[in-house]
Amino acid sequence: MASEPYLEEAAGTCVNANGGAIGMPQLCTDWMPNQIFWLAVALVVLFVILSRVALPRIGAVLAERKGTITNDLAAAEELKLKAVEAEKAYNEALATARAEAAKIVAAAKADIQKDLDVATAKADAEISARATESEAKIAEIRAGAEEAVQTVAKDTAKELVAALGGSADARSVTAAINARLKG
Amino acid sequence: MAAESTAEGGSGFSIYPMDQFIVKPLSGDGPVHWYTPTNVTLWMGIALLCIFALFVLATRHRGIIPTRLQSVAEVFYGFIHNMVEEVAGHDGVKYFPYVMTLFLFILLSNLLGLLPMSFTTTSHVAVTATLALLVFFGVTLIGIARKGLGFFSMFWVSSAPLALRPVLAVIEIISYIMRPVSHSIRLAGNLLAGHAVLKVFAGFASMAIISPLAIAGAVGIYALEVLVAFVQAYVFTILTCVYLKDAVGDAHH
Repeated sequence: MASEPYLEEAAGTCVNANGGAIGMPQLCTDWMPNQIFWLAVALVVLFVILSRVALPRIGAVLAERKGTITNDLAAAEELKLKAVEAEKAYNEALATARAEAAKIVAAAKADIQKDLDVATAKADAEISARATESEAKIAEIRAGAEEAVQTVAKDTAKELVAALGGSADARSVTAAINARLKG
Repeated sequence: MAAESTAEGGSGFSIYPMDQFIVKPLSGDGPVHWYTPTNVTLWMGIALLCIFALFVLATRHRGIIPTRLQSVAEVFYGFIHNMVEEVAGHDGVKYFPYVMTLFLFILLSNLLGLLPMSFTTTSHVAVTATLALLVFFGVTLIGIARKGLGFFSMFWVSSAPLALRPVLAVIEIISYIMRPVSHSIRLAGNLLAGHAVLKVFAGFASMAIISPLAIAGAVGIYALEVLVAFVQAYVFTILTCVYLKDAVGDAHH
């Protein structure tokens, strides 16, 4: 970088014949007033745009958003509390209902048991009554049957004796049959 | 840029990295008076139009649910607002529009300067020195207005031994006066160097043997320069806030 030619050049030339830079363009004092002037213009315009329009607007939007978010969060918190309360109430109601249901079930069970006991007792009584009755009948039938057997045996024996040509008196036949039946 | 097309036919290989910084009147040739519309005017104007589009047109709906561009504007607003509040303190917030003006102007100038064939207004010391001097005098005047002569007590380090205080005062005053120099040279130097290196790499791309390397280098430098554009705008702004703190904050040093 030849900075010497720039210093040797007459003031007002920072560019050589080919349009190339002589030395550092940053050090060319000819251009500085121009740069500073336009920088000042740009900064003033930019400052006015920002401070009058852009920054208040963005600040307001951010504040509004923050407010909205805070409000929404508060509302959400409230709703959450309500939800918790509702859940609590629901659980309480559920527990009460369960207890009541258990009570009802127990009462129903007791009723049924009572009815059942009564019915069972009645049935038992009936069954035992019927059983004794039946036993009596069976005994009667058995006695009847024994008698019938004796009668049938006597008659049969008499007939058999008669048929075989013998005469048998009823008494000896009866005695024989009785002896047989006992044996 | 013009020089490359009119380069002397001698070696056929010539790089003019500094030509991109030449200030030219928009109406062809002619003297550059202080009022002449030049490429400086053009690119500062384009920067203003970009800022206007982003911060005024994109926010015109004032949406609670922002559009994409509106949320970009809001991000910049929030970023600089937080920076001013955190660095300069609560009293500094009222200077937020000034800081925002500086930040957006520098950022857009840096970024627009990366467009091919464009002109980087912030690569000129004349521009950055004006910006830095505005900050320097602005901060000094604000400090004197708020604290009167008490503002100068920041040069008198009361926590140091009494014998050392005059020495420290001299050092503090020198460092205070040198602030605009470092403030402006840092910004202009970064952009100047980056753009010049970019141009050199681009020039080497005309040599067939090393052109792949040169193009890869130019791409890498370009990526770096995008970062530098943001970082330098950020650095300039945060230093402005740090200086502002001296003027508006409590004088703990």
